[in-house]
Amino acid sequence: MTMTGEAPPVNTVPLVDEDVDHHRFRVHRDTMTSAEIYREELERIFSHCWLYVGHESEVAQPGDYVRRPVGGRPLFMVRGAKSGQLHVFHNTCTHRGAVVCRQKAGNAKVFQCFYHAWTFDSEGQLTGVPGRDAYGEKLDFSALGLKPVARMDSYRGFVFACFDAGAVDLGTYLAGAREYLDLVADSADGHMEIIKGTNEYCIGANWKLLAENSVDGYHAVSTHDTYFKYLVALGTDLKGGVQGTARDLGNGHAVLEYAAPWGRPIAKWEPLFGEHAREEIAALRASLVERYGPERASRIADTNRNMLIFPNLVINDIMAITVRTFMPSGPGQMDVTAWELAPKDELPQLRQRRLDSFLTFLGPAGFATPDDLEALESCQQGFASGGVEWNDISRGMARDPEANDEAQMRAFWRRWQQQMGDSACQSARGAQ
Amino acid sequence: MTSLDERPTAGKLDLGLVRRPEVEDFLYREAQLLDDWDLDTWLTLWAPGPTRYVVPCNDDPDGDPATDLVLIDDDELRMRLRVERLNSRKAHREYPHSQTSHQVTNVILGAPEGAGADAELPVTAAFTVWRFRHGKASYYVGRYQYRLVAAGGELRIRAKRSVLAMTELRPAGDLAILL
Repeated sequence: MTMTGEAPPVNTVPLVDEDVDHHRFRVHRDTMTSAEIYREELERIFSHCWLYVGHESEVAQPGDYVRRPVGGRPLFMVRGAKSGQLHVFHNTCTHRGAVVCRQKAGNAKVFQCFYHAWTFDSEGQLTGVPGRDAYGEKLDFSALGLKPVARMDSYRGFVFACFDAGAVDLGTYLAGAREYLDLVADSADGHMEIIKGTNEYCIGANWKLLAENSVDGYHAVSTHDTYFKYLVALGTDLKGGVQGTARDLGNGHAVLEYAAPWGRPIAKWEPLFGEHAREEIAALRASLVERYGPERASRIADTNRNMLIFPNLVINDIMAITVRTFMPSGPGQMDVTAWELAPKDELPQLRQRRLDSFLTFLGPAGFATPDDLEALESCQQGFASGGVEWNDISRGMARDPEANDEAQMRAFWRRWQQQMGDSACQSARGAQ
Repeated sequence: MTSLDERPTAGKLDLGLVRRPEVEDFLYREAQLLDDWDLDTWLTLWAPGPTRYVVPCNDDPDGDPATDLVLIDDDELRMRLRVERLNSRKAHREYPHSQTSHQVTNVILGAPEGAGADAELPVTAAFTVWRFRHGKASYYVGRYQYRLVAAGGELRIRAKRSVLAMTELRPAGDLAILL
């Protein structure tokens, strides 16, 4: 009773609550709404996990650079003009702080801070300081080069950074996700590129709702009715439905792997592609079989993959391939950045189909993604209603997980809880 | 000045004689139909035959839909299906519909290109589209690039490209509406 004005009891219960005996997995809604938890996430998750920076194809030539916010910090990735090596630098002058890479992308031999004209080469060395004789001879200018991120590495073209020098290496971190990045890269012998044109949108919802949504097979039929109608209007046969499984890939990464009615530019033909593309798709498929054998070729060509790499990278290899990352700017707000990945030198007709598939399903002006945004924002609004404290994520706990179950989300949340430590076990007021 | 007897008449429209006020009237009519969510009538503003409605990505305003990722690349079929979607109750992002205000200014006519039935009139205009829904306001600012034709004695749209001036789509969230 609180009629006496006493505060309700404060229990320290885990915010992620798994009860295997009762087939119940639930997540407290404080995880989605609390400003304190958001601040803890910035530290415990985004300052310690490996985060996606970009794709090597975006900086293919010496001196190529792209500016990127990563984990909420302005960084830039550059391929050294002398060494040809990839670098990821904090985008800040070592003198007094101004950003030194001021264009979104380009090619440069040097990066000059416009404030006092300190100049750095593309390897990060400080090469120019106006009025150098004003500094004492003992000042070590070699220590004032651009600051690289604590850890940087790439896997099959995907470049990651980590702000924790003590973190495990990238390969160990990616764990079972490596196998799926291999499937994506092998579809084009590793010769993949990011297509020009970036989707930079935002959602008024907690970032973890998009992590869930990106690997949620359960919502597709109900939320995306208009997209499936669009496919049917173009001649796709939906009868086969979606058949597949979910897998926990370790370290919070998870994947849905499934067969679906839609076509895949590599290499599953459907009427939407047009008769003229039949032969090209058959040839692509034959070449996959030759290189990888029939079993792996079929897995590459026929199977769809929605993969979540903890904490905020999604690579969905479906009717097109999206590389999507998202970063919270508050408990109820996130910025989303998404690119389209495709084989280099793809046949123009197939590239066109791939582009069509991306923008109609994955793009923020397509026939599906706007409705995901609506769903996520609707959840966030619903949380504010109160009365219900927990989200239920129990689907499929009592069977081998299927593609429309929630095992992949449970993998994410277990890792989230582990990464958050005692801050994932805080005051859930009146929780039961 | 165009004398009265040179004015376009029903059944015959010479693009060479079309002046800015007629184009403005046409664009205002389009804006009104979009604001009224009368999308079926809006579709009738498009020319018969192949049409194209394109919105490039914010960071690639010159993007070519054949090789680059764009936000929207609708031919006549996909545009019809987009309208079907927006008219349904299942386009959740637009059910209920946003209230919008499509504002068109800075209308500039280019010189007509091509001859006879294939003649096209290039037109550019500035746009500001306000979108209001559930107490939230968002905006789209940019430039229209039209290719207008004369069909059945009326101006009609052969192609429309809406190029956003915003460096990112983030201020608007998504692009579920028509610009």
